[in-house]
Amino acid sequence: MSAPTSAHEHPAARALAGRHRIRLWEIIPWLLAIAFYFAFPRYLGFGTELLVTILFAISLDLALGYAGIVTLGHAAFFGAGAYTAGMLAFHHIWSEPITGLIAAAVVAGAVGLGSGLVLLRTTGLTLLMLTLCTMALLEEAANLGGHYTGGFDGLPGIDIPPLFGMFEFNPLYPRVQYLYVLGVLFVCFVFVRTLVYSPFGQSLTGIRENTLRMHAVGAPVRVRLIVCYTISAAIAGVAGALWAQSNAYVNLSTLGLDRAATVLIILVLGGYGRLYGAFVGAVAYMALSHFLSKYFPTAWQLGLGLLLVVIALFARNGILGIFETLQRRIGIKRPSP
Amino acid sequence: MTTPLIETRNVGKNFGALRASHDINFQLEAGARHALIGPNGAGKTTFINLLTGVLAPSTGQVLFKGTDITNVAQAERVKLGIARTFQINRLFRGLTVLENVYMAISERVGAAPFMLRPAGKRRDVIDESIELLETLKLADYAHLRVSELPYGRQRLVELAITLGLKPEVLLLDEPAAGVPSAESHIILDAVAALPKSIGVLIIDHDMDLVFRFAQYITVLVRGAIFAQGTPKEIGANADVRAVYLGQATHG
Repeated sequence: MSAPTSAHEHPAARALAGRHRIRLWEIIPWLLAIAFYFAFPRYLGFGTELLVTILFAISLDLALGYAGIVTLGHAAFFGAGAYTAGMLAFHHIWSEPITGLIAAAVVAGAVGLGSGLVLLRTTGLTLLMLTLCTMALLEEAANLGGHYTGGFDGLPGIDIPPLFGMFEFNPLYPRVQYLYVLGVLFVCFVFVRTLVYSPFGQSLTGIRENTLRMHAVGAPVRVRLIVCYTISAAIAGVAGALWAQSNAYVNLSTLGLDRAATVLIILVLGGYGRLYGAFVGAVAYMALSHFLSKYFPTAWQLGLGLLLVVIALFARNGILGIFETLQRRIGIKRPSP
Repeated sequence: MTTPLIETRNVGKNFGALRASHDINFQLEAGARHALIGPNGAGKTTFINLLTGVLAPSTGQVLFKGTDITNVAQAERVKLGIARTFQINRLFRGLTVLENVYMAISERVGAAPFMLRPAGKRRDVIDESIELLETLKLADYAHLRVSELPYGRQRLVELAITLGLKPEVLLLDEPAAGVPSAESHIILDAVAALPKSIGVLIIDHDMDLVFRFAQYITVLVRGAIFAQGTPKEIGANADVRAVYLGQATHG
């Protein structure tokens, strides 16, 4: 009765064994992204910004949504990546875009590792404040190191050579940028998706759900958190580098609280710990702010604020959470993502 | 005499001026069925925390199979084979019963650090999880989230996670606490069916359970060992009856 074959047949075992399989609907965001390229050639600058934001939100989701690391300073890594790629290219040290991304990932990851070693000893409000401090320190360093970073004005007009030596980045018609960012987003997403469905990802969820129990099952909790934070930082760094490369400039906004708060709002809006929450949240936030600011130029943030209040009160799991609840109501069984 | 599985020598713990426990000399042999009883605030849970490494003792030593583990961290002690259940459930409430058990087994077999292979491909871990759930009659609930289960079943999941670690020393902190009496037999049966080789220390207020389960009883009062002996000896001990059992009967 208890032979392995019967264990395989158990519905819960089958659900867990097939959890990581790619579902048909998962192709939709990518089809939409490609359709956008053809349908809105004049909006590709906006589209590029959107894709970068999605990648940044995914990196935050790994730390916040999966491992439960509460942070308000994730722009520290975005900025570290942006300045790494930007400064290397601006000072003509290294400007090839793809290796620039790798350099950005390494530097941002190192910042994540270094700060993580210190701050992941803490939790809750202390952790939140320390992440904020880390970001503020980096921002001030970028502000003061004007000789290298351009200070308050940033580094304008970064010269990025053509991708693969063939495809030129054109700031006015960012078609190459859009496809480049989409490609990098896809690669990073596949990596993060693999990660969250792995035993390592499962253990991160365990830390989020009950840290004390994870200690009691013998998990090296702090090491896991530091590894996760470092990976998350590296991906945020890639997002920052993409931003710098596609805009051809870097400035202090990449390190600001504004950016860190926005990405947090996006994740809450879309639904954290859900992989696709970053997509839904970024599209919802950026489309809303785009149109609201167009039609209500003076009071557009009021609309976003109201939406956020509604989400916080009635849909703790964000827009994706609403869909999941609806699905459960009408009785479609789907294992939790 | 064989080396005890776990042993404490003059262990004590102070919280500021409060002596939560002091001068505890305690031994748990392989295969032992040992109970720890005592009035509220006697330091029973503190003692468990000292054994598992949640707390570092202020004085004395903790030994595992004769090796000093006083400074060994909690997670490392789990790897050595010391596992516990909690007085109040500490579960992964948002995850399914199967995932809860998977978590423990995946740590034990060393699958947990792997990043690039799906958790679902570790069939060995899944199969072992299901088999464990079957032995605890939890297999029918494997697909449910823990938060959807009645409290008695959640208590069993608590036990299942701990058993998934295949401990040599099992510390049960009031395993049947909060379980409706109609369901408490499930817990008791599970405890009775544990492998003979492991050393079990159980803390409980339920004297029926303690006297049925234990071959040896340690009574803790105000942080120190008050009496030790077989259930018969403890039951006949006038002092113990006065401080503890007596209180219980008089309500």
